Amino acid sequence: MKDSIIRALKFIGLGFLEPLIRLINKEEPTKNTKEVFRKIIAPVASVFIFVGLWQLGSTALYNIEAEYKIEATLKSQGEAEAQKIKECMESGDPGCQPNTLPSPSQVYASYLTLLEDHRTIAADKKAFKEKTFEMNKKRVKQGKSVITYTGRPSFVDQIKTSLKTVFAGFLLALFIAVPIGVVIGLSSTLRGSISWIIQIFKPVSPVVWLLLVFMIVKTLTKNSEGDSAFIISFISVGLCSMWATLVNTAMGVSSVNTDYINVAKVLRLRPLQKIFKVILPASLPLIFTGLRITLSVAWMVLIAIELLAQSPGLGSFVWEEFQNGAMDSNSKIIVAMFVIGMIGFALDRIMLFIQNLISFEKETI
Amino acid sequence: MTLITNNPKIERFPSNEVMLDLIDLKKVYPTPKGDYVVLENLNLQIKKEEFITIIGHSGCGKTTMLSMMAGLNEISGGKISVLGSSIKGPGPDRGVIFQAPSLMPWLTTMENVMLGVKKVYPHASKKQKEDICKYYLHKVGMESAFHKRASEISQGEQQRVGIARAFAIKPKVLLLDEPFGMLDSLTRGQLQDVLIDVWNKEKITAVMITHDVDEAIFLADRVVMMTSGPRAKIGDVLPIEFERPRTRKSVLEHDDYYKYRKHLIDFLEH
Repeated sequence: MKDSIIRALKFIGLGFLEPLIRLINKEEPTKNTKEVFRKIIAPVASVFIFVGLWQLGSTALYNIEAEYKIEATLKSQGEAEAQKIKECMESGDPGCQPNTLPSPSQVYASYLTLLEDHRTIAADKKAFKEKTFEMNKKRVKQGKSVITYTGRPSFVDQIKTSLKTVFAGFLLALFIAVPIGVVIGLSSTLRGSISWIIQIFKPVSPVVWLLLVFMIVKTLTKNSEGDSAFIISFISVGLCSMWATLVNTAMGVSSVNTDYINVAKVLRLRPLQKIFKVILPASLPLIFTGLRITLSVAWMVLIAIELLAQSPGLGSFVWEEFQNGAMDSNSKIIVAMFVIGMIGFALDRIMLFIQNLISFEKETI
Repeated sequence: MTLITNNPKIERFPSNEVMLDLIDLKKVYPTPKGDYVVLENLNLQIKKEEFITIIGHSGCGKTTMLSMMAGLNEISGGKISVLGSSIKGPGPDRGVIFQAPSLMPWLTTMENVMLGVKKVYPHASKKQKEDICKYYLHKVGMESAFHKRASEISQGEQQRVGIARAFAIKPKVLLLDEPFGMLDSLTRGQLQDVLIDVWNKEKITAVMITHDVDEAIFLADRVVMMTSGPRAKIGDVLPIEFERPRTRKSVLEHDDYYKYRKHLIDFLEH
């Protein structure tokens, strides 16, 4: 019972709860109490300390901003107006709050607003679908195009769009970088002859990739009605992020343990057999390390690329909020920041999980 | 029988008895300070169905010589021939057991052996190939672990599978590079027994490098001693005339055992 719970927890990535389970079972109390402190209490405490510091910081910034605003009003409009603004601020009216780093509670409130907003939009969408269902049926029969919902996307819709883009970009990187990496890993001639391309293009910034892809895709999609913003952003994401996989695959393939290569030589394996039975499995750990870096880079640059390409997603959400300058824009940006961070973390964990499933080297989580 | 021969006369055998023939073998490694000659004027004939052990100081070029025989290392001069035809690269006529077990850790023991069997018996049915694998794994005492991954078994067990893999491809010559060097003495003894047992049945030629004088005497028909490098060559050859099959006990109690041992130690300490 106890062991199966621990195994289940480890399987879903909650292995840090192990000492707590053992403590409840009265196993080695001193050691497990220490472990509970180390693995559960201390990390939770660090979260509270972080939120506390954030609160202090935002209060300090709020005060600076508020004082400045009152002083400025006093200078330009006189004492009566300044008093008014001061009272307005103290009353908590959102209309006259100074614009600065939002506090944790403001961010949480914005998070709830965004969720509420999502519910409204989702309900709206559903109603729209029901309403146009019959009409769309008719239109399809008549050969006309269906009417689709064109309202504003909710925050959750933006997340979905971003995930879709990042996966498309990741797959593109996978299908370009792994085969090329294997080929140049196998041939030192090729490796030498195209290493300059890798060396030069690897450090190029995402922004420049975006512009390059934009130049090409714009021309290629001139006569087609496609979602070119999506195409541009996922190709840019793929091109920016594939280098880690390319380099790691090439390195993994070229540095396979000579013992394995010797075995393959002695057994006279055919080239394809050698690649699939010996070289690829042996370099899998490094390939996966590359893929993990690729996915996290892809997620990181995606936000910047969406922001620039004006393609829908979390990046453009952040940018629009920033441009918007509404009262709760700042706290919405911080919500987006946390969401971006947590999704990035979750993606990395998923990759690690897959890696542990298929790799012969057991890596500790 | 004279045991100490100061000027070793390298025996020549009739060509129909010779399996491996090393003629004026030379190996040169280029270094920034000029060429480094590892082996030079190395002549050795190994008879069919013979078990040869090679001893010599570390770094004298034993492994270089063995990997040249395996075809994994280029020959700088002279030649190596198997049954009269000189070798070009590695091949399944020469099985190799490496110092590290070098099994593919992502494959099961069965799949590891199968890798070679598939190559050597391309037309056999799947069942037949599996039976061959099972036969050899059984021979080395791994019958209970057909489907265990190589990464899940101990080093001694891995080396057992390594022996099975080498024998399963039915080589004419088996080349062993200190195969038991990494094992504890108990496991080492067990694996010597496994090796000699399979070798007895298969009747193939074996060449084995070792650092262990007792192992060299126990296993070999002839012990080949190499001089220290650079320009290493065969220093002396000591025929071991114990009857086969040998047991460790009978070898240790034999009157000639200490004479053999003294001869080898004297050579190594010079």
